[in-house]
Amino acid sequence: MRRHLETAEDELKERLLVMGGLAEEMIRAAVEGLRDRKEAPLRTVHENEETVNRLHIEVDDRCLKLIALHQPTAADLRLILAASKINSDLERIGDQAVNIAENAAVLLGQPPLERKLLDLPRMADLAKAMLKDSLVAFVRKDVELARSVIARDDAEDRLKSEAFHELMQIMQSDASTIQRALGLILIARNLERIADHATNVAEDVIFMVLGRDIRHRAEGSPQGS
Amino acid sequence: MSQAASADPPAADVRVQTPAIEARSLSLFYGSFRALKDVDVAVPRREITALIGPSGCGKSTLLRVFNRMNDLVRGVRIEGSVLVDGRDIYRPDADLIALRKRVGMVFQRPNPFPISVFQNVAYGPAIHGMASNAELEEAVERNLRATGLWDDLKDRLRVPALSLPPEQQQRLCLSRLLAVEPDVLLMDEPCSTLDPIATARIEELLFELKKNYTIVIVTHNMQQAARVSSRAGFMLLGDLVEFGATEGLFTNPRDQRTQDYITGRFG
Repeated sequence: MRRHLETAEDELKERLLVMGGLAEEMIRAAVEGLRDRKEAPLRTVHENEETVNRLHIEVDDRCLKLIALHQPTAADLRLILAASKINSDLERIGDQAVNIAENAAVLLGQPPLERKLLDLPRMADLAKAMLKDSLVAFVRKDVELARSVIARDDAEDRLKSEAFHELMQIMQSDASTIQRALGLILIARNLERIADHATNVAEDVIFMVLGRDIRHRAEGSPQGS
Repeated sequence: MSQAASADPPAADVRVQTPAIEARSLSLFYGSFRALKDVDVAVPRREITALIGPSGCGKSTLLRVFNRMNDLVRGVRIEGSVLVDGRDIYRPDADLIALRKRVGMVFQRPNPFPISVFQNVAYGPAIHGMASNAELEEAVERNLRATGLWDDLKDRLRVPALSLPPEQQQRLCLSRLLAVEPDVLLMDEPCSTLDPIATARIEELLFELKKNYTIVIVTHNMQQAARVSSRAGFMLLGDLVEFGATEGLFTNPRDQRTQDYITGRFG
């Protein structure tokens, strides 16, 4: 017997996937505009943000009604709580993509740095893959994939630190680069935050599947078990 | 359209535009006791409407008004009007048999007739003139399928209905009701004698049935009302305090009394 609630849960997941797809596209377009020095992709970021914001409200509304009308328990309850939190993370990923696009728009008005974009495109690819895999893990209830997303966050943090370090050196050696380098530092920070949000999604997946809260602690520690 | 419509044929456009059932300024008195107070309500077609409220609030009374079951209670008097398909069912020349055929009821306790499964479902069509065995067999199969009983019972159609477990008895009562081709199904606590699994299965059945029927369900079980209905009304002391989309009623009720009831502060 397929329960009415399960159909509603499938619709909820589908909306989150749509939202995740849009957020991923926003990151891609923002970085494309930055890399190729084009404004058109940056405009699409803002267009998609409106849709993401609308979905953010819709998903919250769905979660509220599912809880009020179905009084979910156990796996159903964990799924809906996870969906509500993932919803917030996806909306914030969208905001970060908008920040990248805005910083990129400022940079387009100035000549590129000699070192161009350093490892920022690589950071963007890593963050996008983490986002995508976290949502695949959500839909498939794939704990191993969720763990691999969490494990990749260290690499993103490392790339951000390296980018910060290099950009500091560039600024120290040539004061005329300060504004541009600061723009890139902000973008590196935005990308690192996107990876953090993807990590949150993956943690929510593990909570949803196993009922285990692994946030703020090593998963294998006694507290985490 | 079924034979029900031929007894009291509403114009086609009226059926599309009007609610399935409408009560206007409806009051009902048991002797001097006023059990319903100026109730105005419109029950939309092919949706599930739930009535909730504490014991004695009038919800079952309101349900029974919709097919004039209260007529059987001595000393009952009503004021106001009740329209089914836009026509007043309390008008002097109303055809009660046609009304109860069109607006059928399922009760709290399954009440199959003490005859076989087959005879329970065939009974209605037979007394309404369906004569041939082939037609009756077809009607029995169709209506047992509609309630998900056919696969379980097709080889046991001759067993006594009372030998079935409670959930199957309740499904059988629904099949018996559907066999007379009603438009509206009134259900008074249809799951209160069933266990949670059987309840869940009946609820899923309701979602199927609402595609073809207008359903009004009275339930003590607020969670059930929330799960199954798209419209819900909260009743208290004979008043219909609040009526509207179930989502709104359970997430942001307009009336403090509704809020207090659904959050368990009284009742």
